[in-house]
Amino acid sequence: MTPPDHSFDSHSEGAAHHTGDETFRAEGISKVYETGETKVHALRGVDLSLYEGELVVLLGPSGSGKSTLLNILGGLDQPSAGTLYFRGREVTAFNPEELTLFRRDHIGFVFQFYNLIPSLTARENVALVTEIAQNPMTPDEALEMVGLGHRMDHFPAQMSGGEQQRVAIARAVAKKPSVLLCDEPTGALDSKTGIVVLQALARANAELNTTTAVITHNAGIAEMADRVIRFADGHIVSVERNENRRPPEDLTW
Amino acid sequence: MSSLAHHALTWSMSVKISSLNRKLLRDLWRLKSQGLAIASVVAAGIALMVAIFGSVAALTLSMDAFYEHYRFADVFASLKRAPNSLETRLRAIDGVATLETRIVVSVPLDLADMAEPATGRLISVPEGRNPTINGIDLRRGRLVERGRPSEVIISEPFAEANDLTLNDTVSATINGKKRKLNIVGIALTPEYIYAMAPGELMPDDKRFGVLWMGREALAAAFDLDEAFNDVAATLRRDARPEYVLERLDDILKPYGGLGAYARKDQMSHFFLINELTQLEAMGGLMPPIFLAVAAFLLNIVITRIVTTEREQIGLLKAFGYTDWEVGRQYLKLIIVLVGAGLLMGLVAGNWIGQAVMDLYNEYFKFPLLAYRVEPSVFLTAGLVSALAGAVGGLGAVRQAVRLSPAVAMSPPMPTTFKRTGFSAVFTKFKISQPTRMIFRHVTRWPARTGLTIIGIAFAVAILVSSLFFMDTVQHVISVIFFEKERQTLTVSFVEPRASTVVEEVRHLPGVLATQPVRSVSVRMHKGTLTERTAITGIVSHANLNRLLDTSINPVEPPPGGLALSEHLARKLGVGIGDMVRVEVMQERRPVKDLPVTRIVEEYMGLTAYMNLEAINRLMLEGPTVTGVHILADRNKVDALYHRIKNMPAVAGVSLTTAALDSFQTTMESTMYVMVGIFVAFATLIAFGVTYNSSRIALSERARALASLRVLGFTRAEVTYILLGELGIQTLIALPVGCVLGYGIALLMSPSLNTDMYSFPLIIADSTYGFSVTVVAVSAIICGLMVRQRVYKLDLVSVLKTRE
Repeated sequence: MTPPDHSFDSHSEGAAHHTGDETFRAEGISKVYETGETKVHALRGVDLSLYEGELVVLLGPSGSGKSTLLNILGGLDQPSAGTLYFRGREVTAFNPEELTLFRRDHIGFVFQFYNLIPSLTARENVALVTEIAQNPMTPDEALEMVGLGHRMDHFPAQMSGGEQQRVAIARAVAKKPSVLLCDEPTGALDSKTGIVVLQALARANAELNTTTAVITHNAGIAEMADRVIRFADGHIVSVERNENRRPPEDLTW
Repeated sequence: MSSLAHHALTWSMSVKISSLNRKLLRDLWRLKSQGLAIASVVAAGIALMVAIFGSVAALTLSMDAFYEHYRFADVFASLKRAPNSLETRLRAIDGVATLETRIVVSVPLDLADMAEPATGRLISVPEGRNPTINGIDLRRGRLVERGRPSEVIISEPFAEANDLTLNDTVSATINGKKRKLNIVGIALTPEYIYAMAPGELMPDDKRFGVLWMGREALAAAFDLDEAFNDVAATLRRDARPEYVLERLDDILKPYGGLGAYARKDQMSHFFLINELTQLEAMGGLMPPIFLAVAAFLLNIVITRIVTTEREQIGLLKAFGYTDWEVGRQYLKLIIVLVGAGLLMGLVAGNWIGQAVMDLYNEYFKFPLLAYRVEPSVFLTAGLVSALAGAVGGLGAVRQAVRLSPAVAMSPPMPTTFKRTGFSAVFTKFKISQPTRMIFRHVTRWPARTGLTIIGIAFAVAILVSSLFFMDTVQHVISVIFFEKERQTLTVSFVEPRASTVVEEVRHLPGVLATQPVRSVSVRMHKGTLTERTAITGIVSHANLNRLLDTSINPVEPPPGGLALSEHLARKLGVGIGDMVRVEVMQERRPVKDLPVTRIVEEYMGLTAYMNLEAINRLMLEGPTVTGVHILADRNKVDALYHRIKNMPAVAGVSLTTAALDSFQTTMESTMYVMVGIFVAFATLIAFGVTYNSSRIALSERARALASLRVLGFTRAEVTYILLGELGIQTLIALPVGCVLGYGIALLMSPSLNTDMYSFPLIIADSTYGFSVTVVAVSAIICGLMVRQRVYKLDLVSVLKTRE
């Protein structure tokens, strides 16, 4: 496989520093969206590995391909070309049912717009996942973990944006997922609320040893990451190892 | 500019569609299946309305024209015999416009290719001219001529049913003598538009026909020279009909008058009016149900569109579009949907109307009965559908008009849910979260849930209320033919005869059992109420024609009193133990007060019964009969028929099995067509409601469902959440629909209770079962269609957008 010359081989870079096992291994991932006569190349041959327990921040302008990659990692979308391995299993060979089970058993998602179920309380939103998970924590434990032990019986409409996002994180981590994928988790929040949300993420990452990938266009957040991967135009342009991880509460933007 | 380019530009200007209208067209395309469902329900309502009221108009117009043109009588009277000289006195009654005396006699007919005897109603006509009253519409041939006593004109349906044509002959037993009658004309008459022999349940054109014969010939045959036995008259506009009837009775009394009656009690007219009344009742009940459902569907769909497009509405207004310009777009959408339904309904309604007319043409014999498109019906259809559109859609349009741009462009407040008493129950019973979602959605919008349930319930109800009539008729048939009238045939005589005739009949070939009948025409009086009826005498231990009590158990005729049908008792306002004044209209015309000692189950007519011997005593006569019920060996009926055809003084024969057959044939041709139409329309409603409700549920929950899919829920689990709601609504709707159906049937049941019929309201379990199944299956099919859409949910794009 010959990656384009300006691409960055992220398998070798930083991998040696990690003691954790390889969670994801992406090889030559491309994604082309065809809309009528025009083709949009969202990803152009990305190679990447993610390791157990690490927290990675994906940075880049909108349209650079980071969300597309996150969707492919999470089994929401299939690449046009390339292979994705999860703990040695070829995710790109999964059929839709296997992808559903893959998401159910291993992946936790957090989105910019929370995506809580309005007709369920905070506790019930978390229970939604714990009921179908194999070895989950209780909804109460998950909500305690994000500091919402006192808001468990509230419906989404009765909570602030930050609280809703923390419920979303609790819902994502309650099943003790192998991977936590967050797409602009603070995008809709002010910085103070954003930090509370990031603290919840960091805590889940640390306590559960969950491989965590966070998409942001906010460079300030990069300082809490183990590695920072920069995207542009469907390529990875750089991978930086962050020697001094800073806790979220020290971040400013 | 080249000429080609110039043309292209002109063309594009001439077909220039505004951006808003392009949006409208695309919205319509996107909404096509939901829109089609709504338009179909509108169409069903309009089609029913157009078909029903179009049929009413066609029947009424044909009837009025026929009556007018052939001078259908206003009053009628039958008697035993009166001299022609009496005519002057009758004509002088104040209020009578024209009056004609006639001879009317029933005779058995012997048709070449039919073993069983038929009954002919011989009616006298003046030789060489059409009667002044109750004229005949000569379809083919000519009128009967003086000096040719064997010439007859026969009724067209009878001719067609028996393949008789001009110059054929019919053999009739006239006054004990076999006579060959030559057919010189074929005709229709307003008097027998619905031609039913007395005592029958249905018209049977093969076995009952009208024959017009010259007055002199008929008089000679029945020894009625210079005499008559029937009177028909038209009245002046200022006449008092009750007075005329009273006078007729007074004058005819000494001549064996059987009681004069008005047009409303004339058999053919009565059935025609009854049919019109039933049609109008159905027309007032069914179309509004469909249009109400259509209005509800429009409401939920347009409201949803306005909700999802609130940002677009805000944007358009921010760009400078006026409130009206924005609101107008949604109004156009409603107009297109309702307009499409209206057009479909008009086309389908015409088609159904034609089919209904074809059916009516089988039973009602008019010179011309054509389904006609009445402009007023179309106009009403247009107004009614506009009303449905307004009721259903205007609320949503107003919402779009009122939305201020600033409010519209900020995201809507998330839907709030509240913890209810259910929450504790959910926790206690460890109800899964998906199930909780279903319950919370069902209870969150109680009005919408309620209307959806009512909509589906109406589909069940329409089925129940259109199918129940078959159950009722089946019940009546089985009681009449298997419990009550168990004879093979009944022979009735022209004159009362000594009961020794029963013994003669007993010895005819193939006769297994006999039962004598004595029937007398009477008037019953109670206070100011009077009813014309007949008392039938039944022997004790009757085995063929039995009396049944109201629980369908055979009972003995009361020895000293009257047994009245429930219907007659109700009309006279009497119960068991009350006295009724009985005025006999025949022979010595005794008048006597008799007690009501029993109420019996009787579905047809206003009937009364007595013990046969008690009638003989009442009539001051010895053992006398007017007819005999016969149970015959089916293998020997042909020989029996042959003998009966040649028996003297037989007025007619009614065959129970033939009646049953014609009843069943009618059921199949008439009812199944109507039922088929209603099943189709009920399915439309079920489908329209379930499909639209679940599509809207899908549109509202797409985001939540996609989130669940992302969280690892399978398609089946997500579908459960969406369709569980539909399932609960359907499950509640099914029993509600059964109750509603019973209610509608109850509303329609007055049409089962006329002067002629008194049918019970019977709804078989199988009718409920069938109705529930049809609706459940359409809900399931619709669920499967929506499931396809759940399977195609685009997870990524849903999650990327703000709600």
